[in-house]
Amino acid sequence: MRTFRMGGVHPPENKLTAGCRILDVDLPREVTIAMSQHIGAPAICVVGKGDHVDRGAMVGKASGFVSANVFTPISGTVTGVGKIKNAYGMPVDSVTITATEEDHEKDAERPLWTSALRSSDDIAAMSAKDIVDIIGEAGIVGLGGASFPTRVKLSPPPGKHADILIVNGAECEPYLTNDHALMLEHPDEILAGVRLMMRGAGVDKAIIGIESNKMDAVRLLRGRLEGDKSVSVMELQMKYPQGGEKQLIQAATGREVPSGALPVDVGAIVQNVASAYAVYEAVVFGKPLVDRVVTVTGPSLSGRGNYRVPIGMSMAALIGIAGGIPGDSGKIILGGPMMGRTIVNVDAPTMKGVSGILILPREQSARGDVYPCIRCAGCVLACPMGLEPYRLSLLSAHSHWDSAEGEGIANCIECGCCSYSCPSSRPLLDYIRLGKNTVMAIRKSRSVQK
Amino acid sequence: MSILYAIIVLGGIGLLGAGILFLVSKRFYVKEDPRIALIEELLPGANCGSCGRSGCHDFACACASATSLDSLVCPGAGDEAMKKIAGIVGLDSVVTRPMVASLKCGGSCQVRPAISEYDGASSCAILQQLGSGTTGCPFGCLGCGDCAEVCNWNAIHIDPVSGLPVVDADKCTGCGVCVSKCPRHVLELRPKGPKGRRVWVACSNTERGAIARKECGAACIGCMKCEKACAFGAVSVKDNLSYIDAEKCKLCRKCILACPTGAILDSGFPVSAKEMAEIALSKQKNNN
Repeated sequence: MRTFRMGGVHPPENKLTAGCRILDVDLPREVTIAMSQHIGAPAICVVGKGDHVDRGAMVGKASGFVSANVFTPISGTVTGVGKIKNAYGMPVDSVTITATEEDHEKDAERPLWTSALRSSDDIAAMSAKDIVDIIGEAGIVGLGGASFPTRVKLSPPPGKHADILIVNGAECEPYLTNDHALMLEHPDEILAGVRLMMRGAGVDKAIIGIESNKMDAVRLLRGRLEGDKSVSVMELQMKYPQGGEKQLIQAATGREVPSGALPVDVGAIVQNVASAYAVYEAVVFGKPLVDRVVTVTGPSLSGRGNYRVPIGMSMAALIGIAGGIPGDSGKIILGGPMMGRTIVNVDAPTMKGVSGILILPREQSARGDVYPCIRCAGCVLACPMGLEPYRLSLLSAHSHWDSAEGEGIANCIECGCCSYSCPSSRPLLDYIRLGKNTVMAIRKSRSVQK
Repeated sequence: MSILYAIIVLGGIGLLGAGILFLVSKRFYVKEDPRIALIEELLPGANCGSCGRSGCHDFACACASATSLDSLVCPGAGDEAMKKIAGIVGLDSVVTRPMVASLKCGGSCQVRPAISEYDGASSCAILQQLGSGTTGCPFGCLGCGDCAEVCNWNAIHIDPVSGLPVVDADKCTGCGVCVSKCPRHVLELRPKGPKGRRVWVACSNTERGAIARKECGAACIGCMKCEKACAFGAVSVKDNLSYIDAEKCKLCRKCILACPTGAILDSGFPVSAKEMAEIALSKQKNNN
């Protein structure tokens, strides 16, 4: 079975919601759409207070090449334009839309996107640019968690050419099952999305990488692919971070992305299966990215499962549907336990990049007592990027940014393997992330000076 | 006998080495301006970098070769030492206004309750990256003490009761290292003022008043009362946040009495504005 060469850990999988069917969440009466739900420039608000918007209407327009449109999942009246607190308590620009009873009934009665907007002949006649433009217009971003605009990934810079599309169905994060559920329930749609992305990017080969704990999905997709040579499904070893972009490229093709380079430099484009599904919906139904599958899970959560959530719905409401916050909760984490971030504000809206909400009991979420480094090199062995985490964290704790840069801190993918493997519970990644961000800022100011 | 050989051999090596060292020190002697050493003695030796040089030695070299001391000021050494340095290099010294770091946040544990717990590394810089911190205020002090850690003069300590840094105005040299270290930019260098008297707005929250008030009982809500109370045009409110221009401020402290949330603080006065207000209130009661 294929895997990446260096480092990695295998935390307990805890896929508590594996096998849960995707449940549709009722449309909420109020949504809040953040303008910045992606990497890059925030979208620019195109509605004003008091405007009436229909379901699927654009509320924010992409403000640059690396940016994405945002849309409303419900019909209603714009009741607020301005700053609201995001999940981490920081004020962000957003638009609040409130549905009247009439709007709500209209949305419920007449769901959009029930029939295909474009016929298969129309789609077959589309050029690569047409497909990429539709993807960009629909505001699709990488739904694995990083939220990088999909259109940008599919249009390589001039002079660079990709020859392979790698579709990420690894879902190596413990607890999360949203991609798994999507692959089981919508295999044909995902494959159609993959083929559309292949056409958009001009590549003739695609590999769907899936970890071997999801053999049902592997078999299902393989069954649908009989006779198709261009797309293949690859079983991957269960090892975190198998779904990391660079790790997945190495596992699937054996190619190594050089330090500081992009996947396209080795001819690869990586997309998530959920993004492939969104691409399918955008191209066939003309549906913008207004909902996504979110795993709401936790050991003591009563209604845990995979939910199709309108993007912009309050997280408190979503957790409420899943049974409410249990009394023993310690941390609420957006994403998985390895890369996810703890939130402080559950009233914040869901966003495009939210793949899971994990509620951990206090005794499981608390950090251990910090002891001195015993130089066991556990973090060095665990690092999938071949870095020396103990050293990088020390350098950044002492603000030695130049040395940290020289040691390759910018290559860190923030997977958390180092902190996970540390027997002294040292906050390695906390300091490395600080150092990485500082070094990135220094590099940016350097390029400005030039 | 063998011990004698050992003494002769080791002693010989020692003498030979000493001879080489002597010759090298004569041959490769680097002539340095003797004033540099004199200047360096007067400097604090903290290598804090607040003068804009890479360290105290670099600053001393710059002073020795300077044609004017206008841009060469060591806030750590103080005016007396700068005068002596000016005497050594034969230039006019520049008299600077003594500055002190002031905390633009009054969100103590009592008025700004914590809404979450943090069990990660105790560092403001890390906490800042995670979001609003343990309180609801995304602008105020994070309280992990990055400023206290970098202070070369032991002038800052975190008050265990309020959870906020306290600046000792006598020890603070106004070097500004803490100001540049603070990830929330809630520290500001302000003139120490006559007899150490100064007035400043202890808040950095630019949110609307209602929201700011919810997050913190001592937040500036941008009500403009201080701006109206000031007869000298020293107070201005921008983005729901008041700011006092120290150049224009006459230290009358009417703004403090006008502030409904107690977001304006004073320091160095024999009777604080708070006590003043209480005295006035009790007098009023007695008259009635």
